[in-house]
Amino acid sequence: MKTANLIKVAAESIRKNRMRTLLTMLGIIIGVGAVILMVAVGEGARSRIRQQVDDLGTNMIVITPGASSQGGVSQGAGSLNRLTLDDAETLRREGFLISAVSPVILAPAQAVGGEGNWRTLVTGVSTDYPIIRDWQVDSGRYFDSNDERSMRKVAVIGRTVAEALFPGSDPVGERIRLRNVPFEIIGVLAEKGQTAQGSDQDDVVLAPYTTVNTRLSGRTFIAQILASTHSPDDLPAAQEEIGLILRQSHSLADREDDDFTVRNQTDLAEAAEGTTEVMTLLLAAIASISLVVGGIGIMNIMLVSVTERTREIGLRLAVGARGQDVLSQFLVESLVMSVLGGLIGVVLGFGSATLLGRLTGWSTTINPESVALALIFSAAVGIFFGFYPARKAAALDPIQALRYE
Amino acid sequence: MNDTRDDLVLRAEGITRIFNLGKTDVRALRGVDLLVRRGEMLAVMGASGSGKSTLMNILGCLDYPTAGSYSLDGARVDTLSKDALADIRNLKIGFVFQGFNLLPRTTALCNVELPLLYDRRGRRLDTRRLAAKALERVGLGDRLDHQPNELSGGQQQRVAIARALVTQPAILLADEPTGNLDNSTTVEICALFQELNDQGITIVLVTHEDDVAQYARRIVKMRDGRIVSDRPVLDRRLAHDDLQRLEEAA
Repeated sequence: MKTANLIKVAAESIRKNRMRTLLTMLGIIIGVGAVILMVAVGEGARSRIRQQVDDLGTNMIVITPGASSQGGVSQGAGSLNRLTLDDAETLRREGFLISAVSPVILAPAQAVGGEGNWRTLVTGVSTDYPIIRDWQVDSGRYFDSNDERSMRKVAVIGRTVAEALFPGSDPVGERIRLRNVPFEIIGVLAEKGQTAQGSDQDDVVLAPYTTVNTRLSGRTFIAQILASTHSPDDLPAAQEEIGLILRQSHSLADREDDDFTVRNQTDLAEAAEGTTEVMTLLLAAIASISLVVGGIGIMNIMLVSVTERTREIGLRLAVGARGQDVLSQFLVESLVMSVLGGLIGVVLGFGSATLLGRLTGWSTTINPESVALALIFSAAVGIFFGFYPARKAAALDPIQALRYE
Repeated sequence: MNDTRDDLVLRAEGITRIFNLGKTDVRALRGVDLLVRRGEMLAVMGASGSGKSTLMNILGCLDYPTAGSYSLDGARVDTLSKDALADIRNLKIGFVFQGFNLLPRTTALCNVELPLLYDRRGRRLDTRRLAAKALERVGLGDRLDHQPNELSGGQQQRVAIARALVTQPAILLADEPTGNLDNSTTVEICALFQELNDQGITIVLVTHEDDVAQYARRIVKMRDGRIVSDRPVLDRRLAHDDLQRLEEAA
């Protein structure tokens, strides 16, 4: 039979059993939709991370306490937090390839002032911090080395904090209390947005690390030391240099592992991307299980359909259909069903990805490859699971099929 | 009547069919010889188990004889492959069944069109038009878009006959075509067969009803896998007249 006729016959049979076909296709629809959605969310997260890396500038180096897992066995909790302000100072003094260094001291605190109070993260950094992070002040000024040296109680606040405490007015010159210590606001940072992990970078109060270290009571710790080079090309050498300097100042023996980790921003981004990629693959794999289940659904219905239409098959054979024709007919039917289901699934996945993006603010990216792959996969499912019923139909004996009750 | 070989539509010689049912062999046909000339209308009669259905299946190229030779329209067919037999069925044979065997939820036109979809001669066929013409020929020109459940039994059988005719086959094989019909519809369908036969179409019909057989030109009786009598119908009845009589009575 001609291909056009085959498709016509398949379409006829699907039209005649609309509800059943829809239910049969549901497995494929959900499977394909889920794959598209998962990949869209994963891809969205990845492209967002990449965009943020570009925003950050790629020549930032992050030094964190504790060895990375790459070093082998973990060093245990006791070895954590071995970064000190002296380390930052040593790097600034001895680092040859490093153009800027800033410790990052974190002190979660309640900021009180203006309209009320706001839980935020007080971050003690050096004057180099805006260079490393490529982060400018919108109004007012950043603190200078004078402020840093004399441990002045000055603060530069993020956009979120500014809007929370001083809505509609310029907070420069105002006062806030951080852990009951009064600070003068000297500047407001430009808006930076969310990190890849979804935390708000603008919810921050920057103060000279010297001030945070000495004036704020309670727990503070050096979360990391940031550094940057003049050009991204210097990064590997600079990382090496930092390692050597820190090993020396921590007086580590040759056989001892590093008690710190030096990474550049690209490493971090790649790690984060790697994680999302694994998650995406995992989710897509789980989603594709429902594609297989959908395929079994198709096989089930096709088997029922072959039994139900035994007389029709007998008639077709009697009026001149070859076994091949009957095989193609049923194969095309299950193929049309699975591809149609796949198409609906793509539309559904597309729609739900867009909707999810709107509702949650996650960025989602539909990539054409995942659409093509999902469609090819659903077609393959249709052929694979349609073959057995189709062969069963083609092998029927016309005489017995015609008499079948 | 002309007796040359060219005039033979169907020529079966020594047809034997043995079914192998495990330990026992069932000899359904034990050497059947049958010649059917073009334009004949033949009724095959016999009790159930006499082998008439088996014979019909072989004549219809749905089954192979165990022994014997069978030619259709001048060509041997008992030696052909399964696919080649399918093509023969498509081109040379029109089937009419007791149970009509129409595709449900499918219009009369599409039902009649069906055999043309399997036509392999690569001809560009105007299948719709041919199907419509066949339906007009059986008197259903105004029922093209009706589905089987919207048609009476007689009308359904007419659709089936149109489907059998649409490929312009060499022979029309009807297996108990009136088995599911009431008396007056039976006469109606027989009238249609006679009409088609008068137009030159060769018809072989299997029936166990004497009344139906009397409309044929020749009756072959079977018993135990053999033909026991083969004689022309002397006082052939005309279904048209019977139909008129029935209408007058009603």
